[in-house]
Amino acid sequence: MNVYTPILVLGILAFGFAVFSIVIASFTGPKRYNRAKYAAYECGIEPTPQPMGGGRFPVKFYLTAMMFIIFDIELVFLYPWAVSADALGAFGLIAIFLFLINLCLPYAFEWRRGGLEWD
Amino acid sequence: MNTFTAPEIDYVAIAPILIVAIAALLSVLTETFLPRSVRRPVQMILTLISLIGALIVLVINRDIRTITGGGAVAIDGPALVLMGTILILALLSAFLVAERSLDSLGDSFAPSAAALPGSVDEREFSARGYFQTEIWTLFLFAVLGMLAFVVANDLLFMFVALEVMSLPLYLMVGMARRRRLLSQEAALKYFVLGAFSSAFFIFGAGLVYGFAGSISLPEINDALASTAGETLLIVIGMAMLLVGLLFKVGAVPFHQWTPDVYQGAPTPITAFMGATVKVAAFGAMMRLLYVAFSGIQWDWEIILWAVSILSMIIGSLIALTQSDVKRMLAYSAIAQSGFILVGVVAASPSGISAVMFYLIAYGLVTVGTLAVISMVRDSTGEATHLSKWAGLGKKSPVLGAVMAVFMLSLAGIPLTSGFVIKFSVFAAGIAEGDTWLVIAAVVASIIAAFFYVRVIVVMFFSAPNENTASVAVPSIFTTITVAATVTATLVLGIIPQPMIDLLTNAGIFIR
Repeated sequence: MNVYTPILVLGILAFGFAVFSIVIASFTGPKRYNRAKYAAYECGIEPTPQPMGGGRFPVKFYLTAMMFIIFDIELVFLYPWAVSADALGAFGLIAIFLFLINLCLPYAFEWRRGGLEWD
Repeated sequence: MNTFTAPEIDYVAIAPILIVAIAALLSVLTETFLPRSVRRPVQMILTLISLIGALIVLVINRDIRTITGGGAVAIDGPALVLMGTILILALLSAFLVAERSLDSLGDSFAPSAAALPGSVDEREFSARGYFQTEIWTLFLFAVLGMLAFVVANDLLFMFVALEVMSLPLYLMVGMARRRRLLSQEAALKYFVLGAFSSAFFIFGAGLVYGFAGSISLPEINDALASTAGETLLIVIGMAMLLVGLLFKVGAVPFHQWTPDVYQGAPTPITAFMGATVKVAAFGAMMRLLYVAFSGIQWDWEIILWAVSILSMIIGSLIALTQSDVKRMLAYSAIAQSGFILVGVVAASPSGISAVMFYLIAYGLVTVGTLAVISMVRDSTGEATHLSKWAGLGKKSPVLGAVMAVFMLSLAGIPLTSGFVIKFSVFAAGIAEGDTWLVIAAVVASIIAAFFYVRVIVVMFFSAPNENTASVAVPSIFTTITVAATVTATLVLGIIPQPMIDLLTNAGIFIR
């Protein structure tokens, strides 16, 4: 038997269950329509505070998120390098330092352009 | 534990790419530490020096044929030719980016693209006379991605190059100084659809890895040769990789973004991406198909046959109905992708060199045409509606004549480069037995000739009226680009043989 057969069977079961649920709901479920049911689905209460005039959010959060990504990606590569630093030798050391220099550039850019100032 | 052997890297062979990479990083430093007043000249000089320097190193390197960087980089004839093409086209478009005397407000880019269109912030930035200089940094990174794209010899490096090329382009598209909302809409559409197609590419790479156990293109080919059955996985993987690449060249049915992006982007950026992205993506596509997937040629030929015919016919037919010059050029770009695919399907050395010739000549014409469009203006900026071009040839004979040369070349009329490239691509197709495909291509080029010639008719055979746009006086930058492209178009059309000889010698991909 092919190794992928169980996955295929699982996929068919999942698809079948979805179809079954929709069909059975259309037969047995009560149908009482109102305005809220026709509106686009959104869960929870209205988000507060609403952005001022024109629906824009402050860019600060995105800048912080970008900063996180810079350091996050740095660590993703630093850990595997650190684990096998001995085996990788001088080539690995030079490569990781080149990588760190490249990462410092956007960091410096963000700092100089005021991305670290909250107010 | 496995012992680690450091990959051999031939720094001389990849020097052109390294030069552009270092220039791009220096460009980030320029933006970071230099005061606003000197950024623009520094960025321009940096871009100019790095592109010309890379081109010189490329010419010195012209005899290098090697695979380096642990098998990730292949420097061969097509790679060198395509890198040179990208550098020249990027240089010519860089002049358009530098142009500042056409628009009364300054260059073509928003001083602060992040400011809300029509807001107080935006007016303040304009009033202070700020100029966008990050465009040069993005420009250099895009060129870097394109250079890496055509030499990539494994799927992962190819994907990274694809992203390095695409991400700056998404941003640059949204930076037009005028018609900001249109530009931002184009950028968003391009980004969302582009990211979607990149996902297809990386998923396809995963499936191919699942089949071959390697991401290196020659090893995928070996795996195909040694495995008899179980080809469904690799066929699906190959098709998904093609989706990613066909999106970049704007072939039907992955063309929906093209008109909006061509129209919304600042015209220098339209010129840049319209010319160079096609070169990079077709270069990568040929390497992928010929080096990795020659074992399932039958499968991808069928796909590309269909895509090619659809692109040519749909692109040409919809272009007939366009009244905006930039949108018409976008549909023409879709049709031209179809013509290039005829050469890709041919899959022979003559097909490869025909495709490369097509990319060179078509790229030059594209940059030249958009340079001309950027000069035709009225009080609201560029006048791209065809009705405003009425009688332009009588008002400004030189510009009219130049535009006429480009239109005739795109239509494929003899004595222009357009005839030679169409002829060589169709000849390569017939030599490989794709007669029906070539017949469809000829029919499509007859349809296409109509809307190219219509521009000439509008310019020369109708009287100028009060709506006719005026022609802004360009500085030395745009003049160089227009002069170079129109000269190249005529020279390649009248004496194409030296270029054909050069490309015939360069038409072999190494494994």
